[in-house]
Amino acid sequence: MSTPLPFYQTGTFAVGGRLLDEDDRAVQSDPERSNAITKGHRACQGCGEALGARVVLDAALRAADGRLVAANATGCLEVFSTPYPESSWRLPWIHSLFANAPAVATGVAAALRAKGRTDIRVVGQGGDGGTVDIGFACLSGMFERGDDVLYVCYDNQGYMNTGVQRSGATPPAARTATTEPLGGHSGNSFGQGKSAPLIAMAHEIPYVATATVADLRDLEQKVTRAMSFHGPRYIHVLVPCPLGWGSATGETILIARLAKESGLFPVFEAVEGRITSVARIRHKVAVEEYLRRQKRFAHLFAGDGRPDVLARLQTLANRNIERYGLLDDADEPTDIGLLDALATSERGPV
Amino acid sequence: MFSVRIHGRGGQGVVTAAELLAHAAFAVGLEAQAFPSFGSERMGAPVTAFCRTDDRPIRLREPIAEPDAVIVQDATLLHHVDVFGGLVADGYVLINSARDIGQLGLEELLERHQPSRIVTVPASEIARSHTGRPIPNAALLGALAALCGLVSLDGLGEAIEQRFGATAAAGNSAAARECFELVRSGRPLSETAHA
Amino acid sequence: MRKQLEGSQAVAQAVARCRPEVVCAYPITPQTHIVEALSRLALSGELERCEVVNVESEFAAMSVAIGASATGARAYTATASQGLLFMAEVLFNASGLGLPIVMTCANRAVGSPINIWNDHSDSMAMRDCGWIQLYASDNQEAVDLHIQAFRIAEALSTPVMVCMDGFVLTHAFEPLDVPSQEQVDGFLPGYEPRQVLDPDDPMTIGAMVGPEAFTEVRYLAHAKQIEALDFIPQVAEEFRERFGRASGGLLDSYRSEGAETVVVALGSVLGTLAEVVDELRDQGVAVGAVALKAFRPFPLEELRGVLGGAQRVIVLERALAVGIGGIVSSDVRTALAGLSVEAHTVIAGLGGRAITRRSLHALLAQALAGQLPELHFLDLRTDVIERELERTRDGGRPGPHAESILRDLRIVASGPV
Ligand SMILES: Cc1ncc(C[n+]2csc(CCOP(=O)(O)OP(=O)(O)O)c2C)c(N)n1
Ligand code: SF4
Ligand SMILES: [Mg+2]
Repeated sequence: MSTPLPFYQTGTFAVGGRLLDEDDRAVQSDPERSNAITKGHRACQGCGEALGARVVLDAALRAADGRLVAANATGCLEVFSTPYPESSWRLPWIHSLFANAPAVATGVAAALRAKGRTDIRVVGQGGDGGTVDIGFACLSGMFERGDDVLYVCYDNQGYMNTGVQRSGATPPAARTATTEPLGGHSGNSFGQGKSAPLIAMAHEIPYVATATVADLRDLEQKVTRAMSFHGPRYIHVLVPCPLGWGSATGETILIARLAKESGLFPVFEAVEGRITSVARIRHKVAVEEYLRRQKRFAHLFAGDGRPDVLARLQTLANRNIERYGLLDDADEPTDIGLLDALATSERGPV
Repeated sequence: MFSVRIHGRGGQGVVTAAELLAHAAFAVGLEAQAFPSFGSERMGAPVTAFCRTDDRPIRLREPIAEPDAVIVQDATLLHHVDVFGGLVADGYVLINSARDIGQLGLEELLERHQPSRIVTVPASEIARSHTGRPIPNAALLGALAALCGLVSLDGLGEAIEQRFGATAAAGNSAAARECFELVRSGRPLSETAHA
Repeated sequence: MRKQLEGSQAVAQAVARCRPEVVCAYPITPQTHIVEALSRLALSGELERCEVVNVESEFAAMSVAIGASATGARAYTATASQGLLFMAEVLFNASGLGLPIVMTCANRAVGSPINIWNDHSDSMAMRDCGWIQLYASDNQEAVDLHIQAFRIAEALSTPVMVCMDGFVLTHAFEPLDVPSQEQVDGFLPGYEPRQVLDPDDPMTIGAMVGPEAFTEVRYLAHAKQIEALDFIPQVAEEFRERFGRASGGLLDSYRSEGAETVVVALGSVLGTLAEVVDELRDQGVAVGAVALKAFRPFPLEELRGVLGGAQRVIVLERALAVGIGGIVSSDVRTALAGLSVEAHTVIAGLGGRAITRRSLHALLAQALAGQLPELHFLDLRTDVIERELERTRDGGRPGPHAESILRDLRIVASGPV
């Protein structure tokens, strides 16, 4: 790459593109990248969803040689990106409804197939509500039929577009507008949980992955990997929402990382229904570390606090750690030096 | 206009019978309309299908309440369903049974209608002997052709050929022919059946 | 060439000759035969370059059609009843996006009580969803309307619903002509939308439109339908020239010239009605019938033209607007505004109750005797309803009506009655 790029030590595991071979460089490090979502969108400061969607689509566009169509569910991403008559999208993009993005994507794919347009690929995308709740039947149908669509869920753990209500992906104890911690309640109740990635895997689709916006290289690589398959593929990206989570707008990446490092959000990859790789916890933190930074959990720390609820949440994290082997010995990461550097960075261990 | 009502049970090809009849009528230059009783009937449940024929286009869309002919594909319906309801005075009746009208307890029918137009035929047995399956629909239509001359045996054969695969078509056509001959011959049908 | 065919088979063949590129549907009685036949045509290769998508719901069916249509493919689906209502949200979306999808509605009642038989409750409930609604009086017209529907939809950027009576038409077997591929190709050009989802010319479709432009977008949808009032008859006329038979159009008047009493109806009842009109005309009674072929857009002026001279108009409706009565009638009354024509609403044929010549004769006799109320229910079993109304008059306990009727008849086996 000829253009000299500035190199920032970001306080994360990210590394400036110039340190890597050209093939390994991030899509985002390429000044010629497609910029799927361009300026003018109305997302909040620090919106994880805006970041996640841009990274996902730029990577998908590169993998598809720019031949990509996106179908979007109703939700923050759709609303903040298309304030008529403007649009932030630089790829062909359609929004139909809240619950039908997977089916609209199927329709696009079917039309392309009928027209013999094998060069164009299709992405469907939506928030956690559009994906794991109201649009779940369409998603499952798309998986089951084997439609050639990559579907990406941007999980901010609630119905943010309508003002932060509880969704099927809202974690236990979280405060939302419909799960206020009032009376004896400690926010959203402890349910059975609903793991859309595991359910996607149960459809035996070619590729399923989870990711967070804390590790954008990992996200890009997963998208690239997903695009190397045909048939239904699913990527579930954790995208912190400063507004809904009550987190600092500058801490979106950090919070996403804490979700992963605490074990509350397992990051893994599965091919044909079997987990093939797991992003191991590099620096384990207690769930409290993660929760404390978000006002939606503030009631757990007010007054005498709710150690009982924290303990239950820690149990959930521990279960994930065990189930996915998040702390198992792994090949030491090659960038161990960076890890060490980070552990002693001014921000302190995370 | 000539209208036929066919009673049977789900799985006996009642709707197909009406369609075959319409097809055969069309083959001899008539306008024809066939339609089922539009139920959600399952196997074995009473089913009704209708066929109207006319020499001008048929516009009527009501069920047939006053049939010119009634076909009963399953004699077990006789005492459950009002199969002869509305039958015109000089109407035809064709019952799939190896028993005669008297044995079926339908003498009263003979009083109200023209006895020569009321006939039983062992169509299931005849169908079985030709097709291996006791589905009496096509066979009964052969009998109807002989009974009232609404359609020709050739027209019926054409309809059957359009509808079934070659083997089934041959068997059903043969069954229809045998029933046609049987009714044509005017022999007491119960005797034939016992033969 | 005319052949004995089931209505559904003929419609499927006609749709296939319109060369759809994506067919997506979810089964519901009485639509099933149509989509089964289309799948067979696609699997056998007779319907070429077409993707048949077996979706998991009607909601998905219409959504797939939207994705396909927006990608430049001619898209078709079919449904009825609960299925049409299940896709309600997507129907508005398709019309709002101006996507020329064509759909068959095999008209069926909407539950509860669940009922698979014919009436128009389903399409009438979707009256205002922005789709053009055409009603077939018979199966030949159903065949022809589908071919016209793609022309109309694509010319006006408006989806078209072809309504055909479930069972009465879909399952009737009669002589029908399905135009040949050459004929249809000559009538229906390829689908060439202005905007498609194409990486070579990226478009954003379905943006969030605020108060500054929403009214204009809706107005355009309305304007397109008003244009359809001119275009639908043109298409019908061109169809008649090419195919040699009259089908479609906005409305069809049957012996209503000089008629004092005119019955307005939609769908398959028109055939039976025509028989009744003939019988009465033979007796010297001045009656006529008008078939409404297009319900959306509603042909106000044309209807006023044919009904203006009558003394009495009876709107025979196969749907009920609970709490007011007629649906079509309120539009017919708008058409008659200012004229001294007496208008009656007759609710008939709900949930598959046959509308017979006998009932129609009785109805007309009542009307001619000046005894027809403004709102009348044809063949209503008054004994049944009176018993139940009597029971609840002094505050009987609430509960499902159908089951209450059974309890009063003491047929319910469960528990004390
Ligand atoms: C059928 C329907 N019900 C409800 C809504 C209102 N609605 C729009 S977006 C939204 C929440 C979106 O949540 P999610 O999918 O998680 O996306 P986010 O905004 O959080 O990114 C809701 C409830 C709707 N548009 N359609
Ligand atoms: S509410 Fe949350 S998801 Fe929506 S734009 Fe703001 S930060 Fe992003
Ligand atoms: Mg959300």
